[in-house]
Amino acid sequence: MNKLSSRTRQALTAPFSVWMAIFVLVPIGLVVYYALTDATGGFTLSNLASIWEYRSTYLVSIELALVATVICLIMAYPLAYSISRMKAHSQSTMVLLVMLPMWMNFLIRTYAWMTILEDTGLINTFIKSVLSLVGYEFEGFSMINTNGAIVLGMVYNFLPYMILPIYTVLTKIDHSIIEAARDLGANGFHIFTKVLLPQSIPGIISGITMVFVPAVSTFVISKLLGGGMTYLIGDVIENYFLGNTGEVNYNVGAALSLVLMILILISSGIMNHFDKDVEPDGGAKK
Amino acid sequence: MKKALSFIITAVMILSLSVCAFAEEKVTLNVYNWGEYIDQEVIELFEAEYPDITVNYTTYDSNESMYSKMISGAASYDVVIPSDYMVSKLINEDLIYELDFDNIPNYRYIGEAYKNQAHDPENKYSVPYLWGTVVVMYNSAYVDEADVENQSLDLLWNEKYAGKILMFDNPRDAFCLALLKLGYSMNSETHSEWDEAAVLLSEQKPLVQAYVMDAIFDKMESEEAWIAPYYAGDAYYIADGNPNIKYYIPSEGTNMFMDSMCILNTSEHKTEAELFINFMCDPEISRMNAEAVGYSTPNTETLKMLDEELIGNDILYPSTEFLIENTDVFKNLSQSTQILQSNLWTSLKIEESAESSALDWIDIFCIGIVAIGITSAVYFGIRSKKRKKLWKS
Amino acid sequence: MKKLSKLYNFLVFAFLYAPIVVMIVYSFNGIKSRSVFSGFSFQWYQELFNDEVIMNSLYVSLLLAVLAAIISTVIGTLAAVGINAMGGIKKKAMLAVNNIPMVNPEIVTAVSMMILFVFVISKFNSMEMGFGTLLISHVTFCIPYVTLEVLPKIRGMDANIYNAALDLGCPPAKAFLKVVLPQIKPGIVTGMIMAFTLSLDDFIISYFNSGSAVQTLSVTIYSMTKKPYSPKINALSTLLFATILILLIIINVRQSRGDAKKKGAKR
Repeated sequence: MNKLSSRTRQALTAPFSVWMAIFVLVPIGLVVYYALTDATGGFTLSNLASIWEYRSTYLVSIELALVATVICLIMAYPLAYSISRMKAHSQSTMVLLVMLPMWMNFLIRTYAWMTILEDTGLINTFIKSVLSLVGYEFEGFSMINTNGAIVLGMVYNFLPYMILPIYTVLTKIDHSIIEAARDLGANGFHIFTKVLLPQSIPGIISGITMVFVPAVSTFVISKLLGGGMTYLIGDVIENYFLGNTGEVNYNVGAALSLVLMILILISSGIMNHFDKDVEPDGGAKK
Repeated sequence: MKKALSFIITAVMILSLSVCAFAEEKVTLNVYNWGEYIDQEVIELFEAEYPDITVNYTTYDSNESMYSKMISGAASYDVVIPSDYMVSKLINEDLIYELDFDNIPNYRYIGEAYKNQAHDPENKYSVPYLWGTVVVMYNSAYVDEADVENQSLDLLWNEKYAGKILMFDNPRDAFCLALLKLGYSMNSETHSEWDEAAVLLSEQKPLVQAYVMDAIFDKMESEEAWIAPYYAGDAYYIADGNPNIKYYIPSEGTNMFMDSMCILNTSEHKTEAELFINFMCDPEISRMNAEAVGYSTPNTETLKMLDEELIGNDILYPSTEFLIENTDVFKNLSQSTQILQSNLWTSLKIEESAESSALDWIDIFCIGIVAIGITSAVYFGIRSKKRKKLWKS
Repeated sequence: MKKLSKLYNFLVFAFLYAPIVVMIVYSFNGIKSRSVFSGFSFQWYQELFNDEVIMNSLYVSLLLAVLAAIISTVIGTLAAVGINAMGGIKKKAMLAVNNIPMVNPEIVTAVSMMILFVFVISKFNSMEMGFGTLLISHVTFCIPYVTLEVLPKIRGMDANIYNAALDLGCPPAKAFLKVVLPQIKPGIVTGMIMAFTLSLDDFIISYFNSGSAVQTLSVTIYSMTKKPYSPKINALSTLLFATILILLIIINVRQSRGDAKKKGAKR
């Protein structure tokens, strides 16, 4: 391509650059600024220091989000694989079926889970009535208002974000490679670990990011499905910015956000370490 | 398929833009209220009565988020309907107008007992909208008569009903109950009293099934939970749906809340806003709202139109003497107490609670997932074997 | 073996759709409850259309999703074309910036933009939180997804055709429209649908950046905290769901018919 046209094409990023500078970089700068200043605007580290008391909240949030991410991954992979092996037009139908639930309001879907999981909810009522037929008195599972319910809410809400990227990379895998491996005597397990898995790493990584990141910062799911028993870090940040507990403090809120952001950056850095062979935009290397 | 989807998107856009085009030039009155806190027909009636005014009605989820959106967003909304203590906060911070009561002739219908409350002592800034008290609900099918005999707040701390008790997910209301149980004022400014209340709440935490607000309706009605504090009008409504549910005003006293209409001093349409407030005080309109929301009305004319059964209900409409003796209204807490409340509440929420259920079902879930994992591994295995066979043949 | 795979797919879809089934069933509930079902009725459907608050917020949500999808698609596609022409550190920097809203937790994006808006409002006192701030925040978190959908398509494109068009005297802009655009269209459409979905599904960012005069459907539902949310919302979601499903089925049938015809023609 000639050089001039390359430069003009580079100029097409102008609106993008301006937009991202104003609405992504500047806000992050402001978060850092607020995190390091007090109400009068003077420099202070006390906001960051006050975060120590929330260490367990960070831990719980990260733990729950990790569990949810792993479950999403295990659930999503086989489905994404089998979709990728379907006929082209059933593939697009299936992909839309995966996305369709996301078009329904997520609060409503979460409320529906309450109906399903409660002690007097659909699952327990069903099990109890079945067991009472055989004359067995059943206490019922206690599912709602536990950390498990929060994890379930996360898995449910973010599963499509895991399925879609994995599916995308799986469609790109050349099937002749799998056939070749089979000819060379590889069994199913080997094909999976040696051929499929390495090639689908980019999709898995972007899936993990797309599930873990929203899961770690959610604040509604813990309220609805967790019964408000535990605060996740998202709840704490929300309270500091909107003052639902009586105190508005942008500075501490910003410090909490900053630490969360750094934690995520570190973990995504570690994850990208596994993904050296891949172009940084998440697409598979050609 | 994708083509068709983009077609849908375009269609939606054209449709929505055409709706935009119909918007004429009128005075737009922004009204900001609690969610589900009005009979929406009232808005239509208002717009029919005053064709030059369009109402943009939006809703908020708590006094505090209303307040922080207001101070941060500086959005030009006109009428807000916050609770008592938030009204006094708005007055103190000089954020709302003094009302011109000449424009609100229907103010005369508001009962004397509801005027000049502590949050607006000379009643210059606000007009009462609806009020109520906080009551304790219980399910008489599961809760022993003996435990409710003294009509005390102790029921909410009764270990017998561990796991079946709900609690307010809102620090002000939750601390109010704890302070009352300790015999302190709900507007206490003594920090040691708040600390004691916090201890009480954390003692209660293991007994609590969930900290909830609106979910109390469903959880009480379906008997998921047996005991919960909530607002009187709602208790009446829930008891209507499930006759097992009974409620009482705690003997320790209770909170009387009053949501009042105010006009923010950023409003550019003060007169229209006053017209709206006046309209809301019209006895018939006020009846519609009181019936839709279910809380008690301060409007004396409206009272005459309501069902005998409602007015006769001692808990929805206690006598004035009873109210004076047994209830208190929230006042705006000092800044330092607010911060204390926020910290105490947050530590209550983040403290490690001893898991009450022996069976952590997260384990079950994980086992299930591992099982699925194994199944899919097997699936891959068998599938490839079959392929191999085909290939060989 | 096929059966096991089908069973598995069925189970995952059952998981994805179980709450939606519940939502639909309770939209026909005779009483205002999420937990007790009592009698079949259409009352919520009748009341839905009289509910201005819900209808308004639905309108806001849809308009917002459409506008956010379009704007972010335009910006994202242009950016992808430009980034592809870049190399080295420049490209890396662009991609890193692009990744920020994706890697950043939603709530951090939300509060950081809220801080920006509040800051601007307090300094210049000219703007207010409302549809504008909502749209800006939605476009911001949608752009990266579009860029990432389009970029691989551009990379996989045959650049020779574009060059050939230029050699034949086609002006670059026209060459872009006639040659490049058709080739990367699948990526653009996927990106746009993605942006639309994300915007429609969002609660957190809207909650912090909507101000008070405008609200999306999620914010409306979330504001029903003192009172339980009304089954009218279920009715609304059911209608939306049914509409989308019917459209999908029609498209699907037409497509498979089209496929059949093609096959027939080949014979």
